[in-house]
Amino acid sequence: MRQRTPVIETRQLGVGYSLKNGKKKIVHGCLDLSLYAGEVTCLLGLNGAGKSTLLRTLGGFQRALHGEINLLGKRFNAYSPADISLTIGVVLTEKTNAGGITVYELASLGRHPYTGFFGVLKQHDRDVIEQSLEAAGIAHKANNYVAELSDGERQKTMIAKTLAQECPIILLDEPTAFLDVTSRIETMVLLRKLAKEQQKTILLSTHDMDLAIQMGDRLWLLEKGRAIVSGTPEDLILSGEFGSFFNKEGILFDSSTGKLNTVAPVDPIGVEGDFIASYWVGNALIRNGWKPSPVSYGYININCLGKEQLIITLPGQKQLEVNSIDDLISVIEKVKHDK
Amino acid sequence: MNMNRQALLFYPILLFFLFLLFIGSLIYGAVSIPPECVIDILLGKETDRIAWQNIVLQSRLPQAVTAMLAGASLAVSGLLLQTLFRNPLAGPSILGISDGANLGVAVVMLYLGGSLRQLSDLPINGYPAIILAAFIGACAILGIILYFSSKIRNNVMLLIVGIMIGYLASSIISILNFHASTDKVHAYVMWGLGNFSGVSLAQLPFFISCLSIGLFLSVLLIKPLNALLLGEMYAANLGVRIKQARMFILLCTGILTAVTTAFCGPISFIGLAVPHIARLLLGSSNHKMLLPVTLLTGSCVALLCNMMMVVPGMNTILPLNAVTPLIGAPVIIYVIINRKNIQYFN
Repeated sequence: MRQRTPVIETRQLGVGYSLKNGKKKIVHGCLDLSLYAGEVTCLLGLNGAGKSTLLRTLGGFQRALHGEINLLGKRFNAYSPADISLTIGVVLTEKTNAGGITVYELASLGRHPYTGFFGVLKQHDRDVIEQSLEAAGIAHKANNYVAELSDGERQKTMIAKTLAQECPIILLDEPTAFLDVTSRIETMVLLRKLAKEQQKTILLSTHDMDLAIQMGDRLWLLEKGRAIVSGTPEDLILSGEFGSFFNKEGILFDSSTGKLNTVAPVDPIGVEGDFIASYWVGNALIRNGWKPSPVSYGYININCLGKEQLIITLPGQKQLEVNSIDDLISVIEKVKHDK
Repeated sequence: MNMNRQALLFYPILLFFLFLLFIGSLIYGAVSIPPECVIDILLGKETDRIAWQNIVLQSRLPQAVTAMLAGASLAVSGLLLQTLFRNPLAGPSILGISDGANLGVAVVMLYLGGSLRQLSDLPINGYPAIILAAFIGACAILGIILYFSSKIRNNVMLLIVGIMIGYLASSIISILNFHASTDKVHAYVMWGLGNFSGVSLAQLPFFISCLSIGLFLSVLLIKPLNALLLGEMYAANLGVRIKQARMFILLCTGILTAVTTAFCGPISFIGLAVPHIARLLLGSSNHKMLLPVTLLTGSCVALLCNMMMVVPGMNTILPLNAVTPLIGAPVIIYVIINRKNIQYFN
């Protein structure tokens, strides 16, 4: 185990809401969590699992019901709102009305905790804003109105704002929701870069399981009425804990493929050969309800010689060559049907 | 940076227009007085026409100053409310603050009018009572809105509560009207038509100081207002004390609206439309520029309305609330039709 000091550490943290009659609605009762500098942590969970509640509590927007949060070695309660604004930057799902200001002006709002009563920017502030826009990859749009941006560019602008805030910790509530595929990947790559290059501590909630497994240094799996599980994606998958979080109500997590499905394919078909070709052959097999397996006698076996050369060996040792996955699937379907 | 320099050009231009309209308001009126005589009167030269001197100094001058300040105040309170409630259709009249002032005035004019006459030898005559009542009414509604603002986090819901309270106040006014005598109803209706001539030269210092305080306080709010463009949670994360900022904004709005309404009657559209005119002019919703430009534009629009009240060639004056929609309504319709291209609330 690596020995490091967590940037945020919670002990027996209870998150939820205080109700009017003095009672408390506890969403999660005893969270022991750690966030580390230089890491991207992804918070995964279904709707209603309490992701936003946890993020809001860690961001200081709502009070912890019980337990404690240590922020950079100090108790969270010892921080004033002004201290928090220097320590934690946020990117939220809240709708903004910032269409009528420029990207530069929006990023400059991140300097609010540093500027005086009228918010006048000094040279140092301007330098920080320019570096932030550069780091977030949105400097080329600095003089554009926020309303002219795509969703992905808006997200970058909000990230530039948190960078201008110069906080060691960045919390993001579903930063990839509503983004198209390329923007989602760009955003995640950007966050990873910031974690590695600027040693930021980054926590984000997401529904994007594939991206979280791919890009997250650490996952937090949150589910109602269940203790939170944290670890690297691979450890969680290999230990089966990842699967157990999703294996319910007809949804299955296949740890061999990292994919979710409604029914796990059982009918095995042997696949071997070229790495990339066999990966995508496997993908097509799963979609059609077959389980890609190691080549074995008695199966239909596929030898992928190249992306356009697939050799099918039927159980009777009869061999066929096809040139596309489309043809491959129709051959297998025909064989299975004839059986 | 370029944009800021460009925006700085607006100040001299707006100030120039303001000056023109101000002078215009002094020269142009129901009684025609030659411009050179008006200038002479203003420069303090002796004139043989005492009546003209009285009209210019006792009536037109306070009226122009009133219009200037009332317009600025209503426009700024409209801007504060639009930013706070993140709603392009928010304004002092929509939140019920004007209706509150209205209700206070209705109670005094329709029911306490009789008793006020008996007090006429005391320094308190009818007018201060109306002002006080408007103030109390506006502040009462403001108190209710403030109370709800701590209960209701959602600003759209709060806006709807404001509209409902406004309806309640209007309904009470209608009931009061129904039971009051005809001449009192007439006086009240006249007040309700809106007028910039309600502030006498003697009342002017009080009027000016109240509104100047309100306008000064709102200038202090520029920084939190900009943060609020991102919404309350972002603003809180940037170190803005949300509850405090909300209270402050509502307080400013209350002062500006109550004082203006008490003296000038409920004036429609200036608070709603001028912030949009300012945004369209400036092309930005950054309050550093937008607030001063809104303030100046509000003054200009009010002075323009003040001049439009005088029908050329006739000895009559139109009611103010007949004129303000002529400028305000087209602006609002334009903003709504073009809301896809106009980006300020995206």
